[in-house]
Amino acid sequence: MSSIEFRKDLFADERDDDLNEIGKPTIRQDIIGHVTGRTRFYDDYLFDGLLHMRCVRSPHHHARIRSVDFSAAERMPGVRRIIRPQDVPHNINTLLSLINFGRDDEQLLSTDKVSYMGEPILAIVAETERQARDAVHAVRVDWEELPHVLDVEEALIPDAPVVNPEYPNNTFDYHALYDHQKLRFGDVEAAIEKADFVVEGEYQMSPIEQAPVETCGAIAAPEQNGRFVCHTSTQALFFSLGTTAKQLDMPSSRLHFIGGTVGGGFGGKVDSHHEPLAVLGAVLTGSPVKYTWDRTEEMRVGAPRGAERWRLRDGVMRDGRIVAREFTGFFDSGAYTRLSSYAIIKGSGHLPGPYTIPNVASNVYCVYTNRTPATAMRGFGITGVDFAIECHMDKVAETVGMNPIELRILNAYRDGDMKAHRRLAKNTALIECCQVAAQKAGVPLSAEASAAKSSEGGGIGERADIPETITDDMGRIGDRRQREIPTEPFGGATNRGRVPAGTRGEAVVAAEVQDPEMQIDPTRIGHSVSQAAGTAAPVEPPRPVQPTPPPIPTPQPLTPPPAPVPAAPQPTRPQSAFADPTEASPAQSTPYRPDKPFQRGVKRPGVSSFISGTRRR
Amino acid sequence: MTVHKGRGFACINYPIGMNLGGDPSQALVHATPDGKFMVTLSAIDLGQGMKSVTRQIAAEALGVPIADVYVDTADSDTGPHDMGSFASRGTHRMGNAVIRAATEARRAMLDAAADELEVNASDLETDGHGNIQVKGAPSRAITIEDTAIAAQFKQGRTLSGRGIFLIPPSEADPNTGEMSPVTCFAHAALVVDLEVDDETGEVTVIEINSAYEVGRALNEKLVEQQLIGGAWMGISHALYETTEPYYPDRSHAPGDFVEYLQPSPGDVATHNIAVLERPAEDAPYGGKGPGEMCANPVLPAVANAIYDAVGVRCDRLPITPEKILRGIQNNGGAQPKGAL
Repeated sequence: MSSIEFRKDLFADERDDDLNEIGKPTIRQDIIGHVTGRTRFYDDYLFDGLLHMRCVRSPHHHARIRSVDFSAAERMPGVRRIIRPQDVPHNINTLLSLINFGRDDEQLLSTDKVSYMGEPILAIVAETERQARDAVHAVRVDWEELPHVLDVEEALIPDAPVVNPEYPNNTFDYHALYDHQKLRFGDVEAAIEKADFVVEGEYQMSPIEQAPVETCGAIAAPEQNGRFVCHTSTQALFFSLGTTAKQLDMPSSRLHFIGGTVGGGFGGKVDSHHEPLAVLGAVLTGSPVKYTWDRTEEMRVGAPRGAERWRLRDGVMRDGRIVAREFTGFFDSGAYTRLSSYAIIKGSGHLPGPYTIPNVASNVYCVYTNRTPATAMRGFGITGVDFAIECHMDKVAETVGMNPIELRILNAYRDGDMKAHRRLAKNTALIECCQVAAQKAGVPLSAEASAAKSSEGGGIGERADIPETITDDMGRIGDRRQREIPTEPFGGATNRGRVPAGTRGEAVVAAEVQDPEMQIDPTRIGHSVSQAAGTAAPVEPPRPVQPTPPPIPTPQPLTPPPAPVPAAPQPTRPQSAFADPTEASPAQSTPYRPDKPFQRGVKRPGVSSFISGTRRR
Repeated sequence: MTVHKGRGFACINYPIGMNLGGDPSQALVHATPDGKFMVTLSAIDLGQGMKSVTRQIAAEALGVPIADVYVDTADSDTGPHDMGSFASRGTHRMGNAVIRAATEARRAMLDAAADELEVNASDLETDGHGNIQVKGAPSRAITIEDTAIAAQFKQGRTLSGRGIFLIPPSEADPNTGEMSPVTCFAHAALVVDLEVDDETGEVTVIEINSAYEVGRALNEKLVEQQLIGGAWMGISHALYETTEPYYPDRSHAPGDFVEYLQPSPGDVATHNIAVLERPAEDAPYGGKGPGEMCANPVLPAVANAIYDAVGVRCDRLPITPEKILRGIQNNGGAQPKGAL
């Protein structure tokens, strides 16, 4: 039996638990309809004379269309309309053009060539679904197969087949500059050089189907006054409406979209392919038209969670501190962009995971291959790299011979720490999650790991510093077409740039309310605002700063202990190594910043800073 | 044949809302003639409970009983613009828009009641049971129903509100990746206990012990359903699911639920959950969306537990019996680690 508990004891001072409706296990507004089968989903809106649409699709990974003969299909019983690419008023789009990101690269119905198996080239509208299916089978297409590429790294080789003509280098163009998104924070190369261990790994996230119970679809019908209604399973009503208006070259005011009750989405219902085709069918036939996928189309033509390949390289000290982390990531976007380009920037902002690491670099590529385009799925841009990061953390723990949970707590980000995207961490709670999960599972933690807190010790001294950052200009758009260039950060670089230490911008916060009447009374928001910067841990009376005495020599094994880390604290247990928050924080309101770097003894490689500093004497 | 026990850990954080902002949500709230409130949105309820959570938020912000609030979504003719239900943005963005709309409606409601009671609106409070009363003098009160009737049929006022919430769009730096991705993060950590059969390569997940930090559990039951379901999806991703079993080779693509492997309801592991709540500064009542992040830690925790059980690192998903058996074979037998 499963169980759930609400740990109201944690962060209790940041919360008002005495609210009327918030926090209550109120039954869903719509649950009775759902469980009695009365709720209406898009597919329940039945119209008299409803027509059915099916698509003619590519049987090849990559092929040129020499000719299409639909004369037989046209004459078949029940067939009302064959929709050709030239019937689509604006037959090119990219989803994120609605927020001005990326170039139009995908046709609703493809004309000259197809770049993935299942790509639609014609839509057939018939009186019954059976008739539409039969007519699809009667269409004769003369295909000229082209060489295809399915592996992300093969697609980057100079003579790889061009998948997507809008992006002839097989990579999305970032910032009109590079063929990948860069993240540069500190000096990874130098830090790895000085590290005690270098831990490397490669991880592969598989393509996965969103698998909603209700497949994607839409029903469109003419309304009065030149308008069209569209009942849809979309996850984003106005995204689909805007895309339809654009592709049909129709004022959005002529479109009336209804949805909101959807049989599962998980990210697979954002792509807005059904709505334009269904509305176009209604425009061209003057009748209600339904376009929906069957389960096989949902699985093979519907965009899955894209595959991701990640390579990680960490520089680690013997005490478990991760001092450098480097990523090389490849998102398999399939034949078109959809949303992968966006997910890569999201993923880059997420690096290096929820840890405070002073040197981070990554190159992430949005790669086009001859497969079904990828799209969003639960955890988009994050799930794949989190798999890589967390498997890698265990490799690091094994390398240094540490309890994997204590390793996470040691490196966990805390309030006020500087993140690799150059903004301060706040409202963090990773440490507490680690502690509670360990407690529930009966994993004992060291005293230091148990005492650590997200709100204490972060953003102090070195932890808040933004280091000088080394940059490079490798991977300019198109360069990889001319010659092979290593894909990892600084791969093949001869020139280095420098971003001065301390360079950062301000965090973007929510737009102000437009009218003070909309601003909720501060006594009614239900929580106190957690501090953006870390607060110093409670300290004993301030001690005078003294020269650091020689650190206590602690013998450390040169290689990780072969035996598993014992579950209970034992003398042979590897040392925990927690930067002591009280060390650098005499009671003062602003975070302490040392005039000069910490003394050598505090961060002597291989020795726990917890016991080698000046905290105890 | 031996069944090896293994234990694995993973922890994660998760960004709430669309990366780099630029994703507004709007809400409208209005009172019916007798003082019930209608919230009009174009957000999508995918089963995650969008309608329910916005209903609770509206009732809390208005100060009225939940039974008096109804949420209508999604009709583009009546519901104002919303970017959509994705990127864990629904609760955060739409919740805030609903708070703003409900706050404006509440102000109008208190003004109307103040006129009826001949007091200052700032001296009034709602009791959460359908009444508006003078602070410290609950006997001087008026029902919300009477307030709405008076406002609309006597005073000529509408009890309504508008709300929009936007994190303004920003850019990522091309050379350093500097950016303002999102304004808050949810957190999770969990320990997976499982068994690996070294003869068949089969994995049985026995138990999960987890901690999820969600800012505020706006509805305890909805949070629980997300976390239980999300963990199931995590196990499914780790051990079963893929559209391309031999990726990047496209052969053997499944076409239906017979060929596409997922664990059945009987495979749902015992899951002991702790919910932590550290409210986020700019989130509605502090609540962050738990829906997306909850599956993420399960994948690596399962992989780490399998390594712990038999000493095979499975860095390519899904972790099939074939991969485990080949790993055991390459290692010359199972090598239990017992790290946790």
